[in-house]
Amino acid sequence: MEMVNITIDNRKLQVPKDYTVLEAARYANIAIPTLCFLKDINEIGACRMCVVEIKGARSLQAACVYPVSEGLVINTKSPAVREARKVTLELILSNHDRKCLTCVRSRNCELQKLAEELNIKDIRFEGETYKLPLDNFSPSIVRDPNKCVLCRRCVSMCKNIQGVAAIDTNERGFKTIVSPAFNKSLNEVPCTMCGQCINVCPVGALREKDDTDKVWQALENPDLYVIAQTAPAVRVALGEEFGMPIGTRVTSNMIAALRRLGFNKVFDTDTAADLTIMEEGTELINRIKNGGKLPLITSCSPGWIKFCEHNYPEFLDNLSTCKSPHQMFGAVLKSYYAEKMGIDPAKIFVVSIMPCTAKKFEAQRPELSSTGYPDVDVVLTTRELARMIREAGIDFTNLPERYFDDPMGKGSGAGVIFGATGGVMEAALRTVAEILGGKPIDDDSLEYNEVRGVKGIKEASIKIGDFTLKAAVAHGLGNARRLLDRIKAGEAEYHFVEIMACPGGCVNGGGQPIQPSEVRSWIDLRRERAAAIYEEDRSLSIRKSHENPAVKMLYSEYFGEPGSHKAHELLHTHYTKRENYPENK
Amino acid sequence: MEANNCCCGCVDEKAQKLQEIIEKYKNTKGALIPVLHEAQELYGYLPLSVQKKISEELDIPLTEIYGVVTFYTQFTLKPKGRYNIQLCMGTACYVKGAEKILEKLQEKLGIHVGDCTEDGKFSIEACRCIGACGLAPVMMINDEVYGRLTPDQIEGILDKYKDM
Repeated sequence: MEMVNITIDNRKLQVPKDYTVLEAARYANIAIPTLCFLKDINEIGACRMCVVEIKGARSLQAACVYPVSEGLVINTKSPAVREARKVTLELILSNHDRKCLTCVRSRNCELQKLAEELNIKDIRFEGETYKLPLDNFSPSIVRDPNKCVLCRRCVSMCKNIQGVAAIDTNERGFKTIVSPAFNKSLNEVPCTMCGQCINVCPVGALREKDDTDKVWQALENPDLYVIAQTAPAVRVALGEEFGMPIGTRVTSNMIAALRRLGFNKVFDTDTAADLTIMEEGTELINRIKNGGKLPLITSCSPGWIKFCEHNYPEFLDNLSTCKSPHQMFGAVLKSYYAEKMGIDPAKIFVVSIMPCTAKKFEAQRPELSSTGYPDVDVVLTTRELARMIREAGIDFTNLPERYFDDPMGKGSGAGVIFGATGGVMEAALRTVAEILGGKPIDDDSLEYNEVRGVKGIKEASIKIGDFTLKAAVAHGLGNARRLLDRIKAGEAEYHFVEIMACPGGCVNGGGQPIQPSEVRSWIDLRRERAAAIYEEDRSLSIRKSHENPAVKMLYSEYFGEPGSHKAHELLHTHYTKRENYPENK
Repeated sequence: MEANNCCCGCVDEKAQKLQEIIEKYKNTKGALIPVLHEAQELYGYLPLSVQKKISEELDIPLTEIYGVVTFYTQFTLKPKGRYNIQLCMGTACYVKGAEKILEKLQEKLGIHVGDCTEDGKFSIEACRCIGACGLAPVMMINDEVYGRLTPDQIEGILDKYKDM
């Protein structure tokens, strides 16, 4: 790599030629404050928090977008630099809704941290402030424009990475606002509820709809039998909320904490993920054998489903009719499990702990209530669960070893890897390869590395006996768009396609712990959390869905076989074309 | 389409013209602004239905179009009346008492600047210098210019249009 010589705060060093001043400073262990910057997502030099003095330049320059060059002399903390940063921050704070004490992002707020780091003790400017209405009509996302600092990280995420463009910067000057078009609610526009905007928001302007009260109430209600189910991605991220390193597996602590919160049962959504594989695998085999609609596209990600309903209705018949795993699980709990345990399904209250905000929307879909009751009563994100654990005063890092409850607490490794991009594909392959191939595959050959990793679109041709299965995996809706456009144009052909709304899959879902720019700009959360997922998979003795004893039991005692009438009734669903901006007449 | 609910048969004509405008610019870079300009000329404003059509045809997200429309003061989301009153608020008119004229207009029509009367007849716009400073304070109703205005003239001027 070509290097250049620079001087930064009187230190001479060599840095790669393609570095920005911000990267060079980081390389020299010099922290430069940033606010709008988020590597690879938002590099626009707009907020001016990262200004530095460059020798020979007429004015202060934004370090995040200023490229290094041979002989560059940089001062990152001259009086002019410190004064400029302070004034900029004071101005941003002057019309910010500073109710930090009751803000969901308090102590995890990049603005609050800047105020502390820059030693702001007084805000000299008492300018005009605004009081704009809260947009809390979406079941998933709350938008509070009064807390917005106009950094545009969410806009870039929504438009450039996700290809959704539900929000943008509107109006101008002091009235500038990040909002959907025509001041509509997020609920009325093609927002997919993926929640990626929340994860990149430096402040509390975007947050999940908090449903913890509903759960507290259910837990206090003696008439209810309250069951928690947890998605695979939660157990590899929840620890971050309690200061543990990224990628720590906290399965046991999570179960123990849920028990202490008072849930009657703690089950593993992985059981239902395995059930999904049985149903979806069967659907795939049937479509291939009987000339059905191909490619079959996965349906686990509710953000992706809503995106498809809005933007690619021509692919609705390609979607697997399988409900997402937690919805399947809810339906099983309120039918089979209720019967088996002799509990009135009306009294079963299912709480899904998910890495996902879109699942809050999904749980409200009227069609997802096959038993006559909603499959799932409340969806909590990883962050909301952490909030409940803190509120209950549970010492999360210091809990006894606990396991999921039987009989629905058994998940296979295949169910676990649902949490990372490529995981559903790999889990399906482990089962389909064995069924189509007609012979068991050993542990050494059940890891499909070609569908793992963070590459936006992954393709694989998998030989199963004489048959070659062509598969593709896309994560992040922008990548989904690119892949679908290629399929539409006839440029690519597949049998099976996995799509996850969030970049990296569920491990990086919109309900996961929020890491600030200074962490997520330099550490790939998707990779670190996925590594923990694959570790968990390897630690399990059962790694194929069809070998999961809970799944075998469900089919022998209740469903008969995958794709049976009963299975269709409870485990499958249908989709609806959605208009993007319906006009009120 | 909300913008085309006219009963006089001009419904499809406008939609067709919008289509022509879009076609004219479709494959050129920076098509959005000229399309918005001409669409506004056609409809008088840029309602959701028109922006949606432009969004679909130019393959630009609606949010981005709305962002452009609300950024530039020249674009408007509100319909104009059959008689659009443009009151000059430029320096010369302002010092000659344009604000008093505006107050009177608002009072007489019962609407605020930027709005349109319920019957769709009048709308008020505040504009910058229209190049008739010698006649300050000045306003235009459609293409008709009224100069050296005093507040007590307003009622009489508006009355001329009441029966038209």
